[in-house]
Amino acid sequence: MQDRPTPAELLEAVAAFLRDHVVPGGANSAVAFHARVAANALDIARRQMALAPAAQEREHAAIVKLLGADANSDLAQLNRMLCERIACGAMDLDTPGLAACLWQITLDKLAVDQPSYETYLRALRDAEPDPEDR
Amino acid sequence: MMSSPGDDAEVAAGLQRVAAVMAPGRGHVEGVRRLSGGASQQTWAFDIRGGTDSVPLILRRAPDGAGERAQMTVGLEVEARLITAARTAGVPVPAIRHVLRPEDGLGRGFVMERLSGETLGRRIVRDARFAAARRVLARQCGQALARIHAMPTSDLPTLRRGGPNAELQFQMDLHRRHGTSRPVFELAFQWLRRHCPGDTARPVLVHGDFRNGNLMVGEGGLVGVLDWELAHLGDPMEDLGWLCVNSWRFGALDLPVGGFGAREDLYEGYAAAGGLVDARRVHYWEVLGTLKWGIVCEAMAHAWLAGHERDVEKAAIGRRASETEIDLLVLLAPR
Repeated sequence: MQDRPTPAELLEAVAAFLRDHVVPGGANSAVAFHARVAANALDIARRQMALAPAAQEREHAAIVKLLGADANSDLAQLNRMLCERIACGAMDLDTPGLAACLWQITLDKLAVDQPSYETYLRALRDAEPDPEDR
Repeated sequence: MMSSPGDDAEVAAGLQRVAAVMAPGRGHVEGVRRLSGGASQQTWAFDIRGGTDSVPLILRRAPDGAGERAQMTVGLEVEARLITAARTAGVPVPAIRHVLRPEDGLGRGFVMERLSGETLGRRIVRDARFAAARRVLARQCGQALARIHAMPTSDLPTLRRGGPNAELQFQMDLHRRHGTSRPVFELAFQWLRRHCPGDTARPVLVHGDFRNGNLMVGEGGLVGVLDWELAHLGDPMEDLGWLCVNSWRFGALDLPVGGFGAREDLYEGYAAAGGLVDARRVHYWEVLGTLKWGIVCEAMAHAWLAGHERDVEKAAIGRRASETEIDLLVLLAPR
């Protein structure tokens, strides 16, 4: 068994080093810019390690249900099949469940890739029941 | 990407030769510094000092042999000619001071005046000092675009012909080459095929990259329209739609024009300067533009994966393509 720090903790440590020591050291320079980008990339990797297992299970189940596909297909195959159905016009926004499926998959992707993206934040807020409606 | 010291000295020496042509007998080059750019295209700032006055300038250049991933671009000499023509037409642009010649030893490119202002989209959208500029900017953009679209095309250098069909096909081919499976992009392609408005009868000059990030903005508003390298002939509504793509709003979702203004102000400025708005076409180009930026993100990650460009930014930007997926869902399948 490997010792701690875990991979996630190592990524956290390196991202903090980049943000706290490399970015301030080179204000406005290309190095500062790339250090910030690098720290953000490590955060993406860390979020994916935490969130992807559950998200991919949801994505797998949603596409299998939408396509009526073989549940043994892997996620890459399922995505290719879904793309083909849309590309050939067999599925479109009138297909029941398609929009909901794409929204769910996309929200899960954003939770890993860019959870502070404003469109994502607004989609989460809009999905919550308005307290005044209760 | 960092420039090496040898690069700096070589550029400084080249600029000194250029200065001798631009300001014979009195030009001394100083303050040479690299501002931005990758391997294929660079932007440098410098000053020519003569006695007590100093002229702030910009060098845009492509070192020899560079220029992959530049298939859609016009080239720097053409860009210089377009900027000069736009200036004549009353579009705010920097004045071109010199077009590089082989004997300058700097590759291809040009020297232009260095305007003062801000180009970083996030600051233009948020900083308090641009509050007054934000009130007029959308309208000014409309006016500038109407003037660009009214420029007589017979006077322009030869440009590629664009349009919704050609652009859609180009993006589709590019996306297929990346080999990635993105159901949301497929949905967007399907919608774009079904709603394609067809080419306009009379193609006009389209800037091609008119967005927050390529606009020089001062406290009083628009100072300069930059980066003409994607100019082509086509549908004028392409420029209006691209300016409204959510990726350039920097979080200000409710100000569709670059995150700084209302659509009505853009349209009003455009009409006031003689332009005719087709809101349906603008929407079409906004959808296509959103998809296009997603495919650009994908292309940059692809360049990293293929080993052509190995800087961390290229790898990381691949994970921004999903931003355009959620924006496409908002446009096409709002909940």
